[in-house]
Amino acid sequence: MRLSVHIRKRLSSFDLDVRFDCEDKQLLALIGPSGAGKTTIVRIIAGLDRPDTGRISFGDEIWVDTARGIFVPPQKRSLGYVFQDYTLFPHLNLYRNVSFAAGDTGHVRDLMKALDIWELKDRKPHAVSGGERQRCAIAQALARGPKTLLLDEPFSALDITNRRKLRERLKFLKGELSIPIIHVTHDIDEALYLADEILPVVKGSIARKWIMQFLMKEPVRKAKIHSAGMNTGAAAGMKNTERKVS
Amino acid sequence: MDIVPLILSFKLALVTTVMLVIIASPITYLIVYFRFPGKTFLDAFINLPIVLPPTVLGFYLLIWLGSNSSLGSLWETVFGMPLLFTFSAIVIASLIYNLPFAIQPMKAAFEKIDNRLLESAYILGLSRMKTFFRVIIPNSIPGIIASAILVFVHTMGEFGVILMVGGSIPCKTRVASIAIYEAVEALRYQDALFMSLALIPISYLFLLLINRLNMNEVKR
Repeated sequence: MRLSVHIRKRLSSFDLDVRFDCEDKQLLALIGPSGAGKTTIVRIIAGLDRPDTGRISFGDEIWVDTARGIFVPPQKRSLGYVFQDYTLFPHLNLYRNVSFAAGDTGHVRDLMKALDIWELKDRKPHAVSGGERQRCAIAQALARGPKTLLLDEPFSALDITNRRKLRERLKFLKGELSIPIIHVTHDIDEALYLADEILPVVKGSIARKWIMQFLMKEPVRKAKIHSAGMNTGAAAGMKNTERKVS
Repeated sequence: MDIVPLILSFKLALVTTVMLVIIASPITYLIVYFRFPGKTFLDAFINLPIVLPPTVLGFYLLIWLGSNSSLGSLWETVFGMPLLFTFSAIVIASLIYNLPFAIQPMKAAFEKIDNRLLESAYILGLSRMKTFFRVIIPNSIPGIIASAILVFVHTMGEFGVILMVGGSIPCKTRVASIAIYEAVEALRYQDALFMSLALIPISYLFLLLINRLNMNEVKR
């Protein structure tokens, strides 16, 4: 199924105007500086905000069509959303958080095992680490079997080690899922490592030039990555994506 | 010593508290989470009992619940007896009088809930109603308990409003505060002393409970 987005919205300091598609099995990274409107885009896709004009469709379902006055509420869109920082329900243990909206408990167990949080199932969110909480948030988002997954800077509150671990796990999960995934980030390495396609967003518009400028500095950046002893997967991914972008 | 007034006060406080927790939580939800025309007016109107002299409120209730009013006559046709000067009348008066005291702590608790938790619940497919019961209420328990305690203690000490709509009918509407007043008037100081003494530890215990809850809240 294809998620098609074409939206416009007047924000306080600029106008948001983007158009893109995301297919099944594709991970699309929305990358850009903070305050570029990336979060607003995913919030509009989720139905938490409304665009001024535009259309969002998923397969043959229309989620938003301002011209025809269609607006499907978030409850009916069947999507998974992982927020910037943990939004687990503080009154429930991890197991109940993951199974919150999912009926199938066997599936919940498999997911929690795959994300390595099954052992912590009886703990409350405040009693586990940031990385564990964020893995739980991903399990919660996936437990309902969503038709599409939105990740809004899911690693931003984590330290570098946890970030890398979770990044790898997400890469693995991505192979297992056959839905469109939209991943918001301001970290180019993260985008290069995970994404099939990168969409740079600057001041509310898609700015392909911006990423080209960024990649021109690549040799310097690559050297930095090596000296920091980081996994070269990111660098390899960088080459692939560079081809795609250019 | 006649302990019936104390029992009556306790019964009134209990009934008021249970009913108000049920009535006030959806009203608070409406005030905190919805935007609608006239919201500020409604909010101010609900809070009127805090600033109005109890006798003024009692006077309006006396007229509003009387046999000549629509509510009073409806009550009379349904139950076959007048509403005024009954236990039901003082329950109604007490509900209205205490509504703002029930709403304030709940409002503070609801407002503290991170909006993203609600958004997360919507995305997980929960309706607004289910979100209210499964996310808002369980995360506001200390606030709800605080409001219940406040209403309970406040009702135990109510005087003016109850006297206006309930009079002082033994075993029906003569609650502790009124019985104390009447004992003093009749120079039965011994009775007044015992009843007053009985009220102090009850109120003190409840205040301790509130403080305890607030402390737990801070620890979280």
